Amino acid sequence: MTLINIKINGKELQVEAGTTVHQAAKKIGIEIPTLCYMNLHDLNIEHNPGGCRICVVEIAGRKNLAPACVTKVWEGMEVKTHTMRVLNARRTVMELILSDHPFECLTCAKNGTCDLQKLAQDLGVREIHYQGEQSHYKEDRSPAIIRDMDKCIMCRRCETMCNTVQTCGVLSGINRGFDSVVAPAFEQDLVQSPCTFCGQCVAVCPTGALTEHDATNKVIRALADPKKTVIVQTAPAVRVALGEEFGMEPGTIVTGKMVSALRRIGFDRVFDTDFAADLTIMEEGTELLGRLSKHLAGDKDVKLPILTSCCPGWVNFFEHQFPEMKEIPSTAKSPQQMFGAIAKTYMADKLGVKREDLVVVSVMPCLAKKYEAQREEFAVNGNPDVDYSISTRELAHLIKQSLGDIKELPDEDFDSLMGQSTGAAVIFGNTGGVIEAACRTAYEIYTGKKLEKVEFEQLRGFDGVRSAVVDFDGLKLNIGIAHGLGNARKLLECIKNGECEFHAIEIMACPGGCIGGGGQPLHHGNSDILKARAAAIYREDVGKAVRKSHENPEIVKLYEEFLGQPMSEKAHHLLHTKYFDKKKKTYIEK
Amino acid sequence: MSSIHIKLKEKDCQDIKEICSSFNNDPGELINVLHKTQEHFGYLPAEIQEVIAENLNVSVAKVYGVVTFYSFFTMTPKGQYPISLCTGTACYVRGAEKVLEEIKKELKINVGETTPDGKFSLSCLRCVGACGLAPVVMVGDKTYGRVAPEDVKKIIEEFNS
Repeated sequence: MTLINIKINGKELQVEAGTTVHQAAKKIGIEIPTLCYMNLHDLNIEHNPGGCRICVVEIAGRKNLAPACVTKVWEGMEVKTHTMRVLNARRTVMELILSDHPFECLTCAKNGTCDLQKLAQDLGVREIHYQGEQSHYKEDRSPAIIRDMDKCIMCRRCETMCNTVQTCGVLSGINRGFDSVVAPAFEQDLVQSPCTFCGQCVAVCPTGALTEHDATNKVIRALADPKKTVIVQTAPAVRVALGEEFGMEPGTIVTGKMVSALRRIGFDRVFDTDFAADLTIMEEGTELLGRLSKHLAGDKDVKLPILTSCCPGWVNFFEHQFPEMKEIPSTAKSPQQMFGAIAKTYMADKLGVKREDLVVVSVMPCLAKKYEAQREEFAVNGNPDVDYSISTRELAHLIKQSLGDIKELPDEDFDSLMGQSTGAAVIFGNTGGVIEAACRTAYEIYTGKKLEKVEFEQLRGFDGVRSAVVDFDGLKLNIGIAHGLGNARKLLECIKNGECEFHAIEIMACPGGCIGGGGQPLHHGNSDILKARAAAIYREDVGKAVRKSHENPEIVKLYEEFLGQPMSEKAHHLLHTKYFDKKKKTYIEK
Repeated sequence: MSSIHIKLKEKDCQDIKEICSSFNNDPGELINVLHKTQEHFGYLPAEIQEVIAENLNVSVAKVYGVVTFYSFFTMTPKGQYPISLCTGTACYVRGAEKVLEEIKKELKINVGETTPDGKFSLSCLRCVGACGLAPVVMVGDKTYGRVAPEDVKKIIEEFNS
């Protein structure tokens, strides 16, 4: 390790060779402003295209200003980070960026959480001295994500997320000069591209160029309609992140306040997606054991590993990228869709409402859930099982509009019949959680013994690709876990090439699992926030009276009264699905 | 960038595959692969870009990004008589833009497009190294110097007869 002596603003310091000026300044407490720069520490990804020129500094002996995020230190370097020349240059750069940016701040979806807006404020921009042409691109409105490229500043963070982290390859910088923009191939809309709608691009976009397709107004309209019965389900990861939108510490659990907020907003019943997560375990766990026992009996036709299927971003990913493997994921629907299917049959009957008059709203940490909800196979005669899916951020907006805040609300419980859940369901929100939940149930069913310790610590953690062995009373199961689609690709390639053997694999599209979903409060690349949410999920699990899905009394009742057995014909019809080959092969004439 | 849609034949896919493998399917050779492929087919429609992407194991978006970045690459087939107008500094100051407007009016196409009969296509380029003749228009290999807007009609007629 070579140490380099430099001076920043007259202060001498030693840093490792290869350090950038931006990183060096940070070491002595100076935060050089950046815009296109993004550092995702836990993914080992530093995005520094050096394109925006906001981070320029003065270096003695160098004529022009240097971008701090890409300029590496050299022996004897003398840097000044905030001379008048630097401050003026930064303001000029900002003014030039703003001269081609729509002035819609007050009505923009990113108002208040926009990096560009914050930076303009920090840099003291009070006037824009440049006027010129403004770029205009077509708006792309997919069911999950809206691309309004007039607001794009070409930081290309989305490209790094899409191509490097998630390896989806949907986005690229296209055209040149004033016409350049980030877009899918042939400037197609996202729905025509292999986009998984994971929403990680939205999560890192510094402006309002990429936002979720907001469904809150549709929800408000449904709530106002006296003919409709409106019920809501909330995903596990929402309750450990929603508080952040109201200024609470990351990792604060707000389950009870969230329930009372939803009730006060006017939902007729407030239910829990966790209930459906327990149901998922019953179906997926049974499917796993079924495939496994056939495999152990020597059936060569049975396909292993079984892959989890509760993450819609992941489902979109393999349909586009690995369609030849579409037979190996579990056929179990995601908890959101299981909830919808049961709600519009079993629950509609219980409530005495017609399917068409029952509106199912889901609150998800996810944008891919919006896409999933409108898949044709999840509707009956055009009536979807889940009518509207809103993100954690949208729920926060809905609460702010209707109630202002949640801090002072009392804690309340979910409504019964589809509101009870176990600790196993809660941990669905974390990477490794679904497979741990499945193990808790599968172990007891397979061995017939009671599980002494419900935690499978070996399945937990934050590494992108993990593997562990779980002992089912002598039967050793190899479990693989991946979070982030780039890591999922590594595991899939490994299976495809026959290099690794697993019995079961859990895959989550977003880094960290659902807690890091594209619909969650923006974490701006700070993985400590993700870790605080993950810890909260495990705390919520420990606090639950029942921690194994098959012991959920409402699930037991649902099978007794309605479904019969896991994987029964009725269960198969309502709770299982199939996958499609979406890889494009249009170009060869047959 | 405007484009047309085509159906590729198995043979075309094979040709593209061979071009890619002549560059060891190296993604770093994308620009060279695009050059060779355009040389072979005359242009680079979406379908061809998809086959290249598959062979080089890069995303189609990336291929399209490169195709749209370099003005040399085109997604529409060139006309029988490709017209190139120099808009380099010397030609520009001597009125290339007025000539361009006249050509656009005469052929009823924009830069980067081809006439519906496939006869003429129009592109702009930067400096052909004949600044003494500015403004310069090239039709195929034939060069016209000191072109004034009123000359455009006559030049086009030469190839229409």
